[in-house]
Amino acid sequence: MPKVHVTASINGEPAEFLCDPDKSMLEVLRNTLGLTGTKEGCGTGDCGACSITVDGRLVCACLMLAVEAEGTEIGTIEGMAQGEALHPLQRKFLEMAALQCGICTPGVLIAARALLEKNPDPTETEVRFGLAGNLCRCTGYDKIVRAVLEAAAEMRETVA
Amino acid sequence: MTDVRYLAPRTLEEAVSAFAAAQGAARILAGGTDLLVQMRNGILKPGVIVDIKKIAEMTEIADLPDGGFRIGAAVSGAAMAEHPRFGKAWPGVLEAVNLIGSKQVQGRCSPGGNLCHGSPAADSVPAMVAAGAVVTLQGPQGRREIPVEQVPAGPGRTTLAPGEILVSFTLTARPAGAGDAYLRMIPRTEMDIAVVGCGVNLTMQGGIVTAARVALGAVAPTVRLVEDAGKALLGTRLEDAALEAAAAACRAACKPIDDKRGTIAYRTRVAGVLLKRTAAVAAQRAQGN
Amino acid sequence: MNVITDKLQVEDNKWIGTRTVRPDGADKVTGRAAYAADNTMPGMIWGKVLRSPHAHARILSIDTSKAEALPGVKAVVTAKDIVEFPLDKSVMLGIQDMRWMCRNVMAREKALFHGHPVAAVAAINEEVAAAACALIEVQYEPLPHVIEIEDAIRPDAPILHDFLKFQDKPSNISATMTAKLGDVEAGFAQADVVIERTFRTRPVHQGYIEPQACTVSYAADGRATIWSSSQGQFMVRAMTSLLTGVPQSHIKAIPAEIGGGFGAKTIIYLEPLALILSKKSGRPVKMVMSRDEVMRATGPTSGSFSTVKIGAKKDGTIVAAQGTFYIQAGCLPGGPLRGPVGCAFAPYDIPHVLSVGYEVVSNRSKVAAYRAPGAPLGAYAAECVLDEIAEKLGMDRLEIRLKNSAKPGTKAAYGATFGKVTFEETIEAVQNHEHTKAPLDRNPRPGVKRGRGVASGFWYNAGGESSAQLNISEDGNVLVTTGHPDVGGSRASIANVTAELLGIDHGRVSVQIGDTASIGFSNLTGGSRVTFASAMVVTQSAEKVIGQLKERAAKIWKIDPEAVTWENGEARPAGPNAGQFPPLSLKELAAKANEMGGPIGAGVQLNTTGADPGFATHVVDVEVDVDLGIVRVLRYTAAQDVGRALHPSYVEGQIQGGVVQGIGWALSEEYLYDKQGRLDNAGFLDYRMPVCSDVPMIEPLMLEIPNPKHPQGVRGVGEAPIVPPLAAIANAVYDALGTRFYSLPMSPPKILEGLDAAG
Repeated sequence: MPKVHVTASINGEPAEFLCDPDKSMLEVLRNTLGLTGTKEGCGTGDCGACSITVDGRLVCACLMLAVEAEGTEIGTIEGMAQGEALHPLQRKFLEMAALQCGICTPGVLIAARALLEKNPDPTETEVRFGLAGNLCRCTGYDKIVRAVLEAAAEMRETVA
Repeated sequence: MTDVRYLAPRTLEEAVSAFAAAQGAARILAGGTDLLVQMRNGILKPGVIVDIKKIAEMTEIADLPDGGFRIGAAVSGAAMAEHPRFGKAWPGVLEAVNLIGSKQVQGRCSPGGNLCHGSPAADSVPAMVAAGAVVTLQGPQGRREIPVEQVPAGPGRTTLAPGEILVSFTLTARPAGAGDAYLRMIPRTEMDIAVVGCGVNLTMQGGIVTAARVALGAVAPTVRLVEDAGKALLGTRLEDAALEAAAAACRAACKPIDDKRGTIAYRTRVAGVLLKRTAAVAAQRAQGN
Repeated sequence: MNVITDKLQVEDNKWIGTRTVRPDGADKVTGRAAYAADNTMPGMIWGKVLRSPHAHARILSIDTSKAEALPGVKAVVTAKDIVEFPLDKSVMLGIQDMRWMCRNVMAREKALFHGHPVAAVAAINEEVAAAACALIEVQYEPLPHVIEIEDAIRPDAPILHDFLKFQDKPSNISATMTAKLGDVEAGFAQADVVIERTFRTRPVHQGYIEPQACTVSYAADGRATIWSSSQGQFMVRAMTSLLTGVPQSHIKAIPAEIGGGFGAKTIIYLEPLALILSKKSGRPVKMVMSRDEVMRATGPTSGSFSTVKIGAKKDGTIVAAQGTFYIQAGCLPGGPLRGPVGCAFAPYDIPHVLSVGYEVVSNRSKVAAYRAPGAPLGAYAAECVLDEIAEKLGMDRLEIRLKNSAKPGTKAAYGATFGKVTFEETIEAVQNHEHTKAPLDRNPRPGVKRGRGVASGFWYNAGGESSAQLNISEDGNVLVTTGHPDVGGSRASIANVTAELLGIDHGRVSVQIGDTASIGFSNLTGGSRVTFASAMVVTQSAEKVIGQLKERAAKIWKIDPEAVTWENGEARPAGPNAGQFPPLSLKELAAKANEMGGPIGAGVQLNTTGADPGFATHVVDVEVDVDLGIVRVLRYTAAQDVGRALHPSYVEGQIQGGVVQGIGWALSEEYLYDKQGRLDNAGFLDYRMPVCSDVPMIEPLMLEIPNPKHPQGVRGVGEAPIVPPLAAIANAVYDALGTRFYSLPMSPPKILEGLDAAG
């Protein structure tokens, strides 16, 4: 089968690409579209480094075929900041040193944003279980959890 | 160029005919959380991928006139969690589905995929079996309905006929005093495959069990309905002796293997422990309803 | 002698010790930071490795003709393309022997583990490369394999290497090491209580989230550019040069951002293969490992089989300690013997010590460094036995450690005589902490038991070669370049130090990691050395630059440079006698640089010394589900002498991260092999590293006791935190259950078996 033509929206911008039907969304994001902010840690859905949103739903890009993106709205780390204005989660991660090597960070940020959209006032336990699909080997998770809780508090204040 | 074809039919009839026509070279794509891993690991190289998520019947949760539910085979775990009524009626089934993988996996994984993947450790299956779910299948020979426990045939295998597609799960309305629960043992708190899984569905009246179904996962080549455990609970007030008898029935039903996830001795013993804990949660829910 | 400045007066510091935003932060939260696999080059093709399907096999022949004939295939390499280092002559690069490295990157005479590379292919895309690998015909003669230590040291064990001899017989014991002090037999004779126990641990993987990857371009002029992530671009250059024969001067190794290493990326796997593939194909070649390849074929750290015996007097004085440590090397020699042998008893002042290590080869992937290499293995055994001694004597578990703590002048069995020792402070910090004093509800619910454990740990720390260059831009800002990859925030520390010394705003300092062509030689990021060493060379560079700035001001003012001081980012006359001049800022001096003598900048290259050892003491509360055998960590407090925390957040992060790796080691992580000698859990799903919901907050107690041998008082911090957790958790599980476990991980089936055996 020849490559499939796919039309989607990526980070709010129209995107078109050609892909083999068995390519994962992750391969297309990274190798076809040059969006290398989405990382591959395992390719089997066990680490969350490739977390993206599809029509607002959190998924692992490695567990989705690129052809399935047809007509969807994809959100990646490259679209999280609004120009120079970082998302509160991104800012808190910097201020609170919630990253060391940073390879898991894009996936963690996307997952944390999805978590806070569903639950703007999570407990520590809810944050921990909400991010259980995102492996981090550097931080021991402590500063990540704190940064997510702080960002959530700040975002609630902004809304209120 | 690759020799894989991707199809996303809009109707079940198209899906069945494409699936049947491929004569075993096709794979159904629902959430893909098992299929893509198998493709990546080189375990599977399908000739045709039939994506069923464009078919309305397979992606919706329908409220049935009698108060029951029909859940499309490709409904995601996250969508099930968001349904306003389902989780109240079947909290055990919902918690089981929601234990499949991470939040990311929940965005895609489906009860249909979990069942058809054929893993004895699939989390949703013991809960569905305990719930007495009936599945609707459609194939070249038409439509049929069978109890969910008749689907698994062994690790990675199902009893589905060639060309047959799992369409939906039907769960009945809940009588007063009904409650279900699912618990699993995993070494970590998340992200593991069940070492043992246990689903319990109880109906209680005046503190007495009037109906009970128990199912176990990861302790045999397929998920097991443990009828003796249900019988041991029936007519009891879940006294210690009744729970111990049901736990013994669970242990007796185990035919596990030693593998990287657990030992025979461990799995057998834990099956009994989980029965007691799961029954307690189900009973609490039953008596709260 | 290294320069000691007055910057130890921490109260005056504006930037050192503050939690500034890291220089590489914005790129890392927006997805722009480029890691090893994020690079592409024009004309780039893809390389893939063919790996042995056997755990142990002689390679009889390799026929690559069908692969080479496949359309789209551009090059194939086998062992004959790699420089061979003969078995009879050691060629060392740091601690790596190139005899073993050349056989590790590509199997030569034999395939030594399931997953050992036997060939590699470059093709127009990954699919064609994979198809070509499948077309390579390798004839193997399968040989009996051996995986576990106990099996490998049996007299009838399959021998991996004929050239290895132990006590004049062919053996799988590939090295030994002894640390000795006094007369251990005489010591035990003085003891009132002696306890001897045997312990086992499994190999564990570093578990970095970024798989190894590289892009290599070999150009027609014989020069190569390597883009890869590692713990040392100079190591990449040197090792690739040795394995390919391309001179070091012809290789530029560019350090990509590194997605975790923890020691594992102090050696290479792909770079020499990609270089030769690039040379043969004339195209840039990219290679990326899958997670399965990472788990199967890169080095975890050693599993171990240890016996520790400790003797003490009734008052708790330890009189003798003996350790026998068998550790795995993997398929080729070179394991971390100095970890257990040297560190196990090092925190204590013990007159009689005998510590002997044996390194054992077997058909597993060759081990690589992992955070305080080998030290956790020794501490696990020693700190558990010490706990038993304390119990037997009815002594407090922290008191016995305090009583026997090493002191200034204590001679360690591994050879050092300690100068300043800050071990007691870590014990006292834990003793005085609320965690230790808090009551523990031992039976919070039926079927649940809780316990508390403590343990201590030691790591050598390291100095070594480092280079820095500090340049003032024309607009009066500062660019600092250092030579070692930043694995956990070292650039943030460097930015703080630079801003402090120059007296300028932190935002005016940029810090980058130079490639091998643009900065002087710098040794690996490892051994807890980078912040120590790079702060030292950056300090000296800054002092030189300040000297230049003072000279420029003196020239402008036509006074003696000695009469100029540098304060708050400005040159000022040193006093009324120096003359009356308005201060000259860095910006003003930079603007006048060219007319007043040229660009301003200085670099320093140094073999740094003075990295004194690190000590840590941890306390942990656990909860055990006695019906399922599950152990969970409820609370964790880790005290450590960190010297001066240049950037406290990243010091805390090192402690927190190390502890959680230790929790995984203690409870859930292990390498599992099947009967055919294949790794059975080569992925994150079944390898079971701790996830976010598995662990509590980790409280770091940073004891800032400045290291007097460092300009800012820095002491290495990265490795000590992983040393105590194994024993601390094992001791806590004992405290909860009254049953001791002598084998890691303390997995649920093991806990239930242990409880059953105890009745």
